Amino acid sequence: MVQDIDPFSVARDLFPDMPPGFPFENFELEELILPDGDDLGIKSDDDDIKEEDVQTQSGFGSCIVIQNLPKAPEEKYEKLMNVVRTIASKLGDVRDNGIFMPLDEATKLTKGFAFVELARKEDADAALLDERFINGYQLDKNHKLTLCRFDDFDKYAKVPDEYSPLEPAPYKQPENLHSWLADKLGRDQYAMRHGDNTMVCFNDGKRGRADVAFQREYWTESFVQWSPQGTMLATMHRQGMAVWGGPSFTRLNRFAHPNVRLIDFSPNEKYILSYTSHEPVSARDSFHVLINIWDVRAGKLLRKFEGPADEYAVGSSAGPNGALKWPVFKWAGGRDDLYFARLGRGKISIFECPHMGLLGKESLKLDGVQDFEWSPSEPLLAAYSAEQGNQPARIVVYKIPERIELRQKNMLNVSDVKLYWHPQGTYLAVKVEAWTKTKKSTTTSFQIFCVKDKDVPLEVFELKNNKERVINFAWEPKGHRFAVVHGDGPRPSISFFTMRDDKNRLGVRELKVLDNRACNVISWSPQGRNIVLAGLKNFNGQLEFFSVDEMETMATAEHFMATDVEWDPTGRYVATVVSHVQQMENGVNMWSFGGRLLYSTQRDKLYQFSWRPRMPSLLPPEKEAEIAKNLKQYTKRYDEEDEQLLMQADADVLQERQRALDEWKAFVESRRNYAALQLDFKRELYGARFAEKEFSIQKVMVEQVVDVKEEPYNNK
Amino acid sequence: MRPYLLKGHERPLTQVKYNREGDLLVSCAKNLQPCLWSSEDGRRIGTYEGHNGAIWTCDITWDSDRLITGSADQTIRIWDLPTGKELFQFRHREPCRAVKLSAGERFLAATTDAFIESPPAIHVYKFAENVEDQTSTPLNTWTVPKGRVTRVFWTDCNRKLITSHDYGMIRRWDVETGQLIEEKQIHEDAIQDMQMSPDETHVITASLDKTARLVDIESFEVLKTYKTGRFVQSAAVSPLFDHVVCGGGQDASQVTTTAAQAGGFEARFFHKIFQEEFGRVRGHFGPINTIAFHPSGRSFTTGGEDGYVRLHHLDLDYFTTKFF
Repeated sequence: MVQDIDPFSVARDLFPDMPPGFPFENFELEELILPDGDDLGIKSDDDDIKEEDVQTQSGFGSCIVIQNLPKAPEEKYEKLMNVVRTIASKLGDVRDNGIFMPLDEATKLTKGFAFVELARKEDADAALLDERFINGYQLDKNHKLTLCRFDDFDKYAKVPDEYSPLEPAPYKQPENLHSWLADKLGRDQYAMRHGDNTMVCFNDGKRGRADVAFQREYWTESFVQWSPQGTMLATMHRQGMAVWGGPSFTRLNRFAHPNVRLIDFSPNEKYILSYTSHEPVSARDSFHVLINIWDVRAGKLLRKFEGPADEYAVGSSAGPNGALKWPVFKWAGGRDDLYFARLGRGKISIFECPHMGLLGKESLKLDGVQDFEWSPSEPLLAAYSAEQGNQPARIVVYKIPERIELRQKNMLNVSDVKLYWHPQGTYLAVKVEAWTKTKKSTTTSFQIFCVKDKDVPLEVFELKNNKERVINFAWEPKGHRFAVVHGDGPRPSISFFTMRDDKNRLGVRELKVLDNRACNVISWSPQGRNIVLAGLKNFNGQLEFFSVDEMETMATAEHFMATDVEWDPTGRYVATVVSHVQQMENGVNMWSFGGRLLYSTQRDKLYQFSWRPRMPSLLPPEKEAEIAKNLKQYTKRYDEEDEQLLMQADADVLQERQRALDEWKAFVESRRNYAALQLDFKRELYGARFAEKEFSIQKVMVEQVVDVKEEPYNNK
Repeated sequence: MRPYLLKGHERPLTQVKYNREGDLLVSCAKNLQPCLWSSEDGRRIGTYEGHNGAIWTCDITWDSDRLITGSADQTIRIWDLPTGKELFQFRHREPCRAVKLSAGERFLAATTDAFIESPPAIHVYKFAENVEDQTSTPLNTWTVPKGRVTRVFWTDCNRKLITSHDYGMIRRWDVETGQLIEEKQIHEDAIQDMQMSPDETHVITASLDKTARLVDIESFEVLKTYKTGRFVQSAAVSPLFDHVVCGGGQDASQVTTTAAQAGGFEARFFHKIFQEEFGRVRGHFGPINTIAFHPSGRSFTTGGEDGYVRLHHLDLDYFTTKFF
């Protein structure tokens, strides 16, 4: 008979040492409290901070106190309560039974103040800044009501009566934040997050291995992000974000932004933006967006941007389902972080650093503006506004802060526009998709603004078949060439164009077309000249390493299931990554720029791989050109060093193998007695049969009579 | 290398085993008939008819005269190996997972899974020389805390048993008292297979934590780890060279959802001491469930989830190349 089994009681019996209540069901995660001193083996950064220094929220954040109310006798209590209720309703949504007005037991009079609990902490914050109350609310001649936060009582009560000057914190010599750039072997670093572990590794392509520079478990709760010049690494936490730097990755600063979702550094690492969106209280409202802007070094909050999500999700900042697309604020290029801007309805709001105010106290008005991009090298802003009624679509390049229109272009029948700045800010390519006369299909053309030339000349060009779908467009990071991926079939073509001929004359010229490639991602080397044509996702990780200078394929390879292609900042190495979007094969393959596989590492649950960026070269362009010219002289010394390094590496491997071999021999030796004993034991048990190891195959014919029957022979 | 493709089962293989001399090969699968093959040319010699459930495991006597099989039909059977005649049945109330004869073959250790009320257990029987004297009462039976006991081996001159478990543990037991002597967590996930090295000083364990490990049986210390990035279902130690071979692949339930190449159904050769992979043998189109080296180390056999047994005679290159 099969008995009914209670799985929970079985589980309890099987795991007697589990806490009561096991196996847990219907529990609230928040209610779980670890025993004192148990940290699950995860060390907290805050262990060294004293408990009493930590300021806690008392949970009364949404409570405010109305002071200076009239002192009313008991019989007028209800009447006064109604007055308070009316006033309180002006402050925001009051919770049910959220008003409490205490009565003095001795005098039977109200005490002259009331507690009001609002629905949200944000409401309380807003109420305290309310214009009607900020200078006191005149209830009648004798009573001017003031508001204060409930939590403030406690705070001010704790202020000591006597002033004692604060001890200035002792000065700590900070670590060199650029130490990794001084690496003797000129190696680059990358950060890799797999499982609960985050590691920063030196990529040693020459010896075909990665050396861990720093690693830590549970370093971040969602992702890590390098600052644009690689000085810092930001980690994300429930309480906010932290930035780390130096050879031992010490914490440089923390920024409190609860539940922070996304962050963005300014190009020169002066500022950091953090973003959260909060669920609306009622379904009718939209999401509430909070963006903080911080000074990275001081850790100071400089400005908050708050508002409903639909105010921020405008034009190109809006995702397909009306969600916000990050980054909302875009930073102007150049050596200083001077301006940042965001798109609004019919305007672009430009903010000026460091005071974070609106530039010129007003936004740049542009009817129907859909998208804008800053030049990466100077404060130039390209904006696209869509067609509206009789007004044609417009692309304008502005000079900021003067707001001078450097060049503009009007177009009709436009369906979509994309802006591509050259990474050096020399050109702005605008991909324009325009409707044909029938409005059934679109043609694609490119308008290229040559920003650095006199009067900003405009080059227009189209592909041979302008009805073809354009999948991708990419400028050569240093140089005058660009690549376009186009084609309607499953295997697209890649075309290379140049903006200048050998005599440096302007004009778009086609260089080469590569037809029928298994490629959906193109990735230029950060130094230009080389490009990786990658077929990711449904092409299963086909890679083609192509030299654009020679116009020939250097190598083709495959990293099965690869999801990402990442060039190192120097353009020497390419990493192809299978991240956790694929279940299997998670890992990184490291290639030379020419497509030689240097090494591969397997990491389960590989969530993130990102190269540490470098700051721009400090060499003047003339010096760079000179080095390129006399490369042979410069490389000689390094070649010798490399040679030695490789020899050393080989020796190391051999040594390691020898060590493993010796260790194994020692093990076998130590177990020799046991093995002999087992052998003797068997020999004794099997006796003569033990030695019979030989066998031979003999073919034996066996005849077996199955049945004998007699049947009369019948011959007709 | 052109393998012999042995099509004797239409269900996933569970174990392949060579006899001592290596001229015969027995394959067990989830269908009802274990097969006997000639290991030289892959000819099928016969089948063993009688079981009523998946065959999980088998063992062969020193003289290749008896075959012992353990099955999900809750029996362990003794067969006359050359003729395929069934000689004896041990009846249980639980599926049988692993069997192993002691050195000298006077005893038989068997493990059973948890089933309804029965917890998993280890049984030790007397193995009679003459099958008429065989009894089905165990000499000793003891229960195991939880989970499957996937493999069992006799060590220390038949005084102790070591077992592998499906939560990454290996344990050592005293045969006479059934007492637990030692246990150690070796893997982070189930140990699917454990095989003894030819000199009986260490075992290789294959685990779903995507590694195979070499474990010293005296100290239970992990000596070497072979990382494959796939579930490892089975691993074997070469009797000839310092090589190990691992088989496995992605979870069978997900095979159809990804490209064929993603499965990683190759048999992978590692250097035993340097832990570096130096070769792969492709062929199966499902995970490899079981793998065994020929006692001479000159050939090996794999059995897959795809129902095929592949018998590989290693090429001359394998014996002449210096891999490291």
